[in-house]
Amino acid sequence: MQHINITNTRGPRPLEQALKITMVACSVIAIIITIGIVLSLAFEAYRFFQLVSLQDFLFGTKWSPQTAIRSDQVGAEGSFGAIPLITGTLLISAIAMATATPLGLASAIYLAEYASPTTRNVVKPLLEILAGIPTVVYGFFAALTVAPMIRWTGTEIGLEVASESALAAGLVMGIMIVPLISSLSDDVINAVPQSLRDASLGLGATKSETIRRVVLLSAFPGIAGSLLLATSRAIGETMIVVMAAGMAANLTANPLQAVTTITVQIVALLTGDQEFESAKTLSAFALGLLLFTITLVLNVVAQKIVNHFSEQYD
Amino acid sequence: MNMAAEEKKSDGAVPTVPAIETEPLITARNVDVFYADKQALNGITLDIPANKVTSLIGPSGCGKTTFLRCINRMNDLIDICRVEGEIKIGGQDIYDPKVDVVSLRAQVGMVFQKPNPFPKSIFENVAYGPRIHHLVKSKGELKDVVERSLSKAGLLEEVHDRLDDPGTGLSGGQQQRLCIARAIAVEPKVILMDEPCSALDPIATARIEELIDELRENYTIVIVTHSMQQAARVSQQTAFFHMGNLVEAGKTEQIFTTPQDPRTESYITGRIG
Ligand SMILES: Nc1ncnc2c1ncn2[C@@H]1O[C@H](COP(=O)(O)OP(=O)(O)OP(=O)(O)O)[C@@H](O)[C@H]1O
Ligand SMILES: [Mg+2]
Repeated sequence: MQHINITNTRGPRPLEQALKITMVACSVIAIIITIGIVLSLAFEAYRFFQLVSLQDFLFGTKWSPQTAIRSDQVGAEGSFGAIPLITGTLLISAIAMATATPLGLASAIYLAEYASPTTRNVVKPLLEILAGIPTVVYGFFAALTVAPMIRWTGTEIGLEVASESALAAGLVMGIMIVPLISSLSDDVINAVPQSLRDASLGLGATKSETIRRVVLLSAFPGIAGSLLLATSRAIGETMIVVMAAGMAANLTANPLQAVTTITVQIVALLTGDQEFESAKTLSAFALGLLLFTITLVLNVVAQKIVNHFSEQYD
Repeated sequence: MNMAAEEKKSDGAVPTVPAIETEPLITARNVDVFYADKQALNGITLDIPANKVTSLIGPSGCGKTTFLRCINRMNDLIDICRVEGEIKIGGQDIYDPKVDVVSLRAQVGMVFQKPNPFPKSIFENVAYGPRIHHLVKSKGELKDVVERSLSKAGLLEEVHDRLDDPGTGLSGGQQQRLCIARAIAVEPKVILMDEPCSALDPIATARIEELIDELRENYTIVIVTHSMQQAARVSQQTAFFHMGNLVEAGKTEQIFTTPQDPRTESYITGRIG
C-alpha cells in the first residue's frame, strides 16, 4: 500500500493565522467605528428630543433655531420643525435628478451604443473629469454664475427669482452627478450581452427599438441602482447648497425661491461659537440622524429593486 | 392570414424526395467576405432552394457563420466586416443600397447558437416581433399569433399555463424553441439557424430536429451544424465549407454517400475537423 504523508509536522501555520487575525481586526474596527458614529448620533439626537418633541421636529413647519441672549426673551426656544428642510432637500434633489437623469442616461446610451471606439475614448475620460471637480468649485460656479444668470433671465421674462434659488443649486448639483449616472449606466449597458442585441436586430428591430425595448430593459436594475445612488448623493451633498441655496427655511415648492437643506442647516448650526447643551446645537444631531435615515431607506429600497429584477430575469 | 398561407402551401404536395432542381430562393454569387484585411470567404457561389433545409458543414473557422450572417446582413453590425459579390433572395439583390435592412431581417429570421431569450416573459418574447412590425391590430390577435408560433415551435403544450413567466427561466432546449417561436412569429420566409442544438442534450436536439423538419413545409431553412448525423437527418441539401471556400454542395444524400472532393470525404469520415 502506498503511504501518503498528511500528518501536520510543522505545527500551526503562524503566517496564515496572523493574516487572518489582521483582516478580522480591520473589518471589526471599521464596523465598530460605523456603529460608534450611529450610536453617538442617536445619543445626541436623543438628548435633543428631550428638549423638543419628536412630533414637533418631524411635523413642524417652521425652522428657526434661536439662541436666546436672555433666557426670558420671547421665542427663546426657537422652533425646530424639520419639514421646510426636508422639502428643501427634496426640491433641490428633485431638480438635480431631473437635470442629471436625462443628461446622464443619454450620454451613457450614446457612449455605449452609438459612439465609435475613438469617440468613446475621448468622451468618457472627459465626463469623468467632471466627476473629479471639487464640489466647492461647483459651489461657486452655482453661486456666482448660474444663480445670477437664472435671476437675470427670470427678471427679463417678468418672474421673481430669489438671488439664491433652489433652481440654481439643483441645476449645478445635477451637472455634478451626471458623470456618476453616465459612468455607472454606461458600464451596465455595456454588460448587456451582445447576443440580446443580435436577437432583436435579427428580428428586424431597428437600433433604437433594440435599445429601448431590450438593452435598457436588461440594464434596468443597474440603471435604477445608479439613479438611486445618485439621489442619495444629491440628498447628502453639502458644499453646493451651502454656497448656492441659501439659509432661508422656506416651505415652498417653487424652484425660483430660496430654500435650505438639511445639510446646510447642519453646517450653519455647528459653525461658529456654540453652546453644547442648547437645543440649537443638539438639533444638528437630530438632523444628521434624519439624513442618515433617509439615505439608508433609499439605499435599502434601491437594493430591493435591484434584487427584485435580477431575481426575475437572470 | 397566416392560416390561409399555410393552407395554400400545404395544398401543394410536399416533395418527399429532395428536389434541388426547384427554383432557388437564395442565390449567392462570388461572395467574398473580409474581416479588416483578412479574407474569411472566397467567392462563394451557392443556390439555396425554397422550402428545403440546407445545411452548412465544415471544420471550425471555415466561415459557416460568416456566410449565414451574410444572408440577413447581420455582418453589417461588425464594423470591420466587408461583403463583396452578390446575394439575391427571390431575385432581389439584398446588398442593393435601396434595400431596407430592417425589412430584410424581418423576412430572414435567425436562430443563434446559444439560446438568447429576452429578459421578458415567454409571451413578450414571442410578441416582440409582431409588436415592432405592427403585424397585429388587437390584443386578441397578438395572443393568437403568440400561441400559434409557440405551438409551431412545439413549445405551447409545455408553457401554455405560464406564458407570463420569464423566458429565461426555461430549460436550454425550451429556450431554443422559444427563440424559434420568436423568429417564426414574424412570419419570415427564411430561417437561418447557427448550430441551434450545440447547447442541447440529445432529447432536446431530437425535438428541434423534428421541428425543423415540420417547419420546412412553410419556410426555407439554412442550418449550420457540426454534427454530420444532424445534417444527414434534417437537410435535403448540404454545403461543405473548408478554409473559406465552398468545396462542394449538393443533395445531402449524395454528399454523404458519394462526395466528389477528397476534402469532403475526409471531413465526413472524420479525418479533418
Ligand atoms: N467578428 C470577427 N472579426 C474578425 N474575424 C472574424 C470575426 N468573425 C469571424 N472571424 C474570422 O472569420 C473566419 C470564419 O469564422 P466563422 O465564425 O464564420 O467560422 P465558423 O465556420 O462559423 O466556425 P465555428 O464552426 O467554429 O463556428 C475565422 O477565421 C474567424 O477567425
Ligand atoms: Mg460558427
